[in-house]
Order: sequence, then C-alpha cells, then structure tokens
Amino acid sequence: MLISQHEQTLDQLQGLVEKHGDQRNALIPILQDFRDQSGQITDYAMQAVANLLKIEPSEVYGVVSFYSFLSERPQGNFVIRLCRTISCDMAGKQAVARQLENDLGITFGETTKDGRFSLEWANCMGVCDQGPAMLVNETLYTKVSPEKVGEILDSFKSRA
Amino acid sequence: MTQQATAANTEMIPVTIDGKETRVASGTTILEAAKHLGIRIPTLCYHEDLCVEGVCRICVVEIEGMWTLQASCTYPITQAITVKTHSPKVRKARRHILDLMFSEHYGECYSCARNNNCELQNLAQEYGVDEYRFGHPDLPIFNIDKSSFAITRDNNKCIQCRRCVRTCAEFQEVKALENVGRGNKTAIGTFLDKPLGEVVCINCGQCINRCPTGALTAKDQTDLVWDAIEDPTKHVVIQTAPAPRAAIGEEFGLEPGTPMTWEMNSALREVGFNKVFDTNFTADLTIIEEGTELILRLYKTLVQGDTSMPLPQFTSCSPGWVKYIEHFYPEYLGNVSSAKSPQQMFGAMIKTYYAEKNNIDPKDIVSVALMPCTAKKFECNRPEMADSGHQDVDFGLTTRELAKMIRESGINLPDMPKSDFDSPFGTASGSGVIFAATGGVMEAALRSVLEFVTGKQVENFYDHADIIPVRGFEGCRYVELKIPEEVGPVPAIIQHLVPDWNWIKGATVKVGVAHGTGNARKVMEDIKAGGKFSECHFIEVMACPGGCLGGGGQPIPTNLDIREARAKAIYAEDRAYGEAGKARKSHENEAVLKVYQEFLKEGPCGHLSHKLLHTDYTPRGKYID
Repeated sequence: MLISQHEQTLDQLQGLVEKHGDQRNALIPILQDFRDQSGQITDYAMQAVANLLKIEPSEVYGVVSFYSFLSERPQGNFVIRLCRTISCDMAGKQAVARQLENDLGITFGETTKDGRFSLEWANCMGVCDQGPAMLVNETLYTKVSPEKVGEILDSFKSRA
Repeated sequence: MTQQATAANTEMIPVTIDGKETRVASGTTILEAAKHLGIRIPTLCYHEDLCVEGVCRICVVEIEGMWTLQASCTYPITQAITVKTHSPKVRKARRHILDLMFSEHYGECYSCARNNNCELQNLAQEYGVDEYRFGHPDLPIFNIDKSSFAITRDNNKCIQCRRCVRTCAEFQEVKALENVGRGNKTAIGTFLDKPLGEVVCINCGQCINRCPTGALTAKDQTDLVWDAIEDPTKHVVIQTAPAPRAAIGEEFGLEPGTPMTWEMNSALREVGFNKVFDTNFTADLTIIEEGTELILRLYKTLVQGDTSMPLPQFTSCSPGWVKYIEHFYPEYLGNVSSAKSPQQMFGAMIKTYYAEKNNIDPKDIVSVALMPCTAKKFECNRPEMADSGHQDVDFGLTTRELAKMIRESGINLPDMPKSDFDSPFGTASGSGVIFAATGGVMEAALRSVLEFVTGKQVENFYDHADIIPVRGFEGCRYVELKIPEEVGPVPAIIQHLVPDWNWIKGATVKVGVAHGTGNARKVMEDIKAGGKFSECHFIEVMACPGGCLGGGGQPIPTNLDIREARAKAIYAEDRAYGEAGKARKSHENEAVLKVYQEFLKEGPCGHLSHKLLHTDYTPRGKYID
C-alpha cells in the first residue's frame, strides 16, 4: 500500500507523542527523536506536532529555529559539528576544518551527495582544554588533528 | 506552601525610591511601587495589557548594595530596599541601551507612520541620544512585508520588545508572531518566516496598537482614497462606524472618551466625501437580519426538531473573529450567523439600493468605510463580498488613517461645526451606536427580540432599556434572561416565519459575550466540553479587547483606562439618543423599515436579503503549504 509522506510523518509523530506525552514540555524530546529518525524536521512535521500538542506551529518553529541541533534543512546520516570558538580556534580548528572539507568534498553547511555526511559549525562544547573539539552525531572527539580526521571518517564510512 | 510563607507574602515592606518612602506588599515590582509614588520610570517592552517580559532593559534602576542594575518591571520587592531611578549610572546605562537599539534600527522618523507618536523616538529625545555610539544601519536589513491586506510589517524598525508576540499569544491566542532564531539572528517572525498574508493571522491589528515603534502599521490606503476623491467621475461615499467617533478625538489631543460624531461629519464633507453615512444604519439592519435568523434557529431547532441551523448562534460582525473561527474552529462555521457585518451590508446597499434611488451607476461609486479595525481591510477584499456586482466596499480606512486625512486637509477636528448624517440612511438608533462596545450587539439584539416577543417596550423590563447584565469588560460573560409568560402578537415583519410566540413564552434565554479571541477560545473550548456556554442560544464574540472601541485601527496608545473611557462615551451617546427622542432600538429605525417596504420586500432573511445581506464562510483550518 502506498503511504503518503504526510501520513508517514503523522504516524511517526503519533508514536512519539505516545512515548513522550502530549504536554507542551514534550516538544523538544519529540523533535529530537523525530530528527534522529528522519534527519530533518519538515514544515509539515512542525504543523503536525503543533496540532498533536495543541500549540501553534509558530511556537514549534520558534523552538526549531532556536536550537541548531534541530534542523529544518535536510541533513545526512552523520552530522559532523566542529567547534569554532576561540579555544578550539587557537588549538588549530582551521586545519581540521580544511581536512574535513577536502576529505568530504563539501563545505560547511552542506551535505554530501550520497546523503551520508553533513558538515556544520558548532559553538562551545565545554571541552575548551581539549580542543579542537568535534561531534559526530552524539559522539565527542577531542584534540582532533588533520591526521585523525581520516581515521574518524573511515570509522563512520564503514557503518550503515 | 507553609502558612508562614503565605503570611510573608502579604507582609508590607518598606521601600525608598529616589528618597521617597512607602510600604508595599511583598512581590510588588519596583516599577509598580514607583508608579504608586508618582515616579516615572521609562519602559518599552512593558505594557499594561500584557505579561511582564523584561527584555528591553530600559527600565533599569540602581538598588543600594547591589552590584548590577536591575530591570524594575521584573524585580519583585521582598525585602527593604533603597532604589535610585535616575542616578548617573542608570542614565548612562539607558543611553547605552538606546544606542544599542539604534545600532539595529533602520528607518527615518519623518517618513514613518509613527512619527510623533513613537515610544522609541520619545525616549531618544528624553535621554538626549546625540550620536550613534554603536553605529546605525544606513541600508535596510529586512524586506518590508506588505502581503497582508491589513498589516504591514517592517522589521527594520523592530526593537524586539516582543509586545506583539505577547499580544498575539496571550491576548488573542492566535500566535501568528513568534521570536525566531537565536542570538544576534533573533527576529520577530512568523511560521517558516512566511509573509503575514499567508500564515494564520486574523488581521485584528492588536499588535499594531501595542508596537512601540513603526514596525507594525496598518496598510495605508489614504492615497488611493485621495485619488478617488480627486477623480470628478467618481461618487465617493463614506460610512462611519460608531467606535471611531469615540476615539478620533485622541488623535487631535482630546481626552479619551470625547465623542466627535457630529464634528466628524462636517470634517468628512470638507475632506471631499460626497456623502457621509452612518454605519449604524446597517448595524440596525444587522440586528433585524441576525435577530430574525436567531428566532428562526430557535424555532427550527427547539420546535421543529430541525438541526440544519445549529445553536448557539454566533455573531458575525467582527471580521477578526470570523477569520479566527475559520482557522481554529471550522467545524462550528454553521453556528456563525450568515448575516454580513454592518460594513459589508452597507457596501451592498450603497451599490444597489442607494445607486438605484439616486440614479448613479454603481461602477462610479467608490465606497469607503471608516472603521476602528484593520481586519475590515481584509473583509472588504474577500472575494465573496461582491454581491452588488462590484466590490461592495472599496476601501476600509482605520481611525488613524482618517485622522491623517483630516489633518492633511488643514482641519482641526474639534473646531468643526456639528452636522448630521446624509439621507437616505440618516441617523441610526442608539442600538447601532453600542455595537462599538463588547456586549453591544447582544444588548441591541435583545432589545429588539424582547420587544418582538412581548409586544411591550423593553423599558418595562430594564430601566431606560439598558440591559446592564450583558455590559462590562469581563472576558467571558454568561447571562440568563427570562422571557415573560405574557407574549404579544408576531410583528408583521416576521409573520411569515413564525406563527406565534407560544413556544417561547416563559423560556429562559441563555446568552454569552466574549471579547478578545483568547476569551473566544475559552468559550469555544467550553462548548466543546459541553459546559454552560454549550447551552447558550446566542453568543456575541468580538475579536478585540473591549469590542470595536479597542480595535486595531484605533488611536495609539491603548490600555484598559482608555478603553473604558471610550465605552463610557459610547453608552452616553446611546442615552443621549433617548433623551433627544431619537430611536434607541434597531426596529424603530425608520430608514431600516423603509428599506423593507421599498427594497427588501420579502422581509428579513428573504430572498433578496439573502443575496445581498448574507454570506457564507470558508473553512480554512491551520495547515499551510
């Protein structure tokens, strides 16, 4: 049976509402899970979740646009976030950034054509003494060097 | 909470502000305490109608013993403190705060709709802003959003006080506007940053009345109206709603609540309008049509068991409310009276009845409406509002726009001689006048329905025909009225619809009144849950707080005191009609009765009435592509 994109989104969200509740404070956990499942929080998903939680879509958009981890743009399976704040910058984040761009063939803000990797800037992750710091999805890497980049990427390339 | 803590909350705490001493209840903010002492602290994000946000910081004060300055609007007094509101440190901080705002505020005052009525401009003057310490944009940062028929958004002028967001969220519960983004990229936006014309917005304009700058303004159509006035081939007529009369004086420096009805008539002719009509004429017509519809609904549902016209019946005068229910409760559209709003009824009558009577080609008539309302601009552009064969109403002007036109004509409104409205519609009844206040439509309808049913004067039941229980500023009101056991004959005008009144005698009529769509939502949720409002027969809803007199097109500023003063002026005018021997009830309006004899010959809710004076609605829902 053919299921439309909207129906699928709605099913997914209804499941998440069952898991997290239908109160306003369930919004962020629902959005986080939805992002993990779908890689992107679509316009329709924002309206549908608003309807399920009895709030308005503008509120959902306010939240989604506030948190950089909740993206309205389509993102790859693995989202790489490199810290750009001062400590990591001084520890050599620029070289790491160039290596990432070279290895993946994309610039920051882009996703590889195969939809596997996205490259994003992030602000402080709270490990300033161990910079440059980098997140791949929810895994933290510290003291990243250009040499290590290849290793890290390879470990993800082999995953599904 | 322990008893001790409760007691502590009501404790009176000594506070010294600028050397003046007082005692305030625990929890009182510094701003409130200062107001009590007669000390003025400047504010921007604070607004009496709204919850406290504390984002603009302009109200910072110095508290003895504290290292940093505190925002007085959010600081609750819980222990004895000494406050300085204008110390050098405070003054310097305020100047810096203003300079920071100007570093992102693009726009020139003299071309701004809010020139001379701008809170930011006033503060700049008050705190002597002389240079832009942190720079000043010399190019616009945002595009101006002109997509809405009613509201123009210029984010370049926005200082992010979020009054509009709070108004839309708390007051109206529409939430069209929201803070979008984070940090220095934060801006006031809509869902997906779509143009306002494409999102769920009811055009009520309450955000405009609370915006401290010119970031939100009503779409200005005065130039188009001037063009029509200057065009010799056009016959330009204006209808004026009751609410602007009670408020337009404020634009000319008068106290709120100074009525300008008769002076305004003269001023409008001076401006160049060919005819000046009273929207109250169609307010009276609305009462006849909507009242008849109510009687029909009651008769069908309660006597004939026909559920095609469900109860309760909702009023349909407020275009903000109509769009609200189309978006939020489309399943209840069958409950909304099919009668058009007075503005649109008048539009249809002018381009048919009036045109015919005066031998004017309706295509040469430009029909302008003076309204307290921005949503009327949207309403007159609804595609279905063209039953006369032309767009029924061409332009909806707000009170502010008209004040501007009067000033441009070199007229000082209070100096104008008094004059009456033009025939054939003439002066309407006092019931039409009170449409401007919340509960007014209900009162007007009840006056007529009671007289229709009992055959007796309303004065027998209510002193001076003032149905006090439906008046007032309480958000949602529920009132029960007893129909007397003794009923009269059915008046000729509706004899073809109901045979007698036996079915209604001794019954209790339950009515509800709500103003502000936030309150409307409470009523709707109560109805959905089967609460007391679900038992109502008739419910009046006005989208704006206080009714039309608090409309989004009314002079700025607004607050409860101003709205109460305007309401007083409205009820005083209704009283004055009675004292002058003029009609106070819609069905006594002779021009209305004449229309039923000459034009709408099948009577209220007849075929022609349905074509010209009734409409249908669009279920819009909340999803957008």
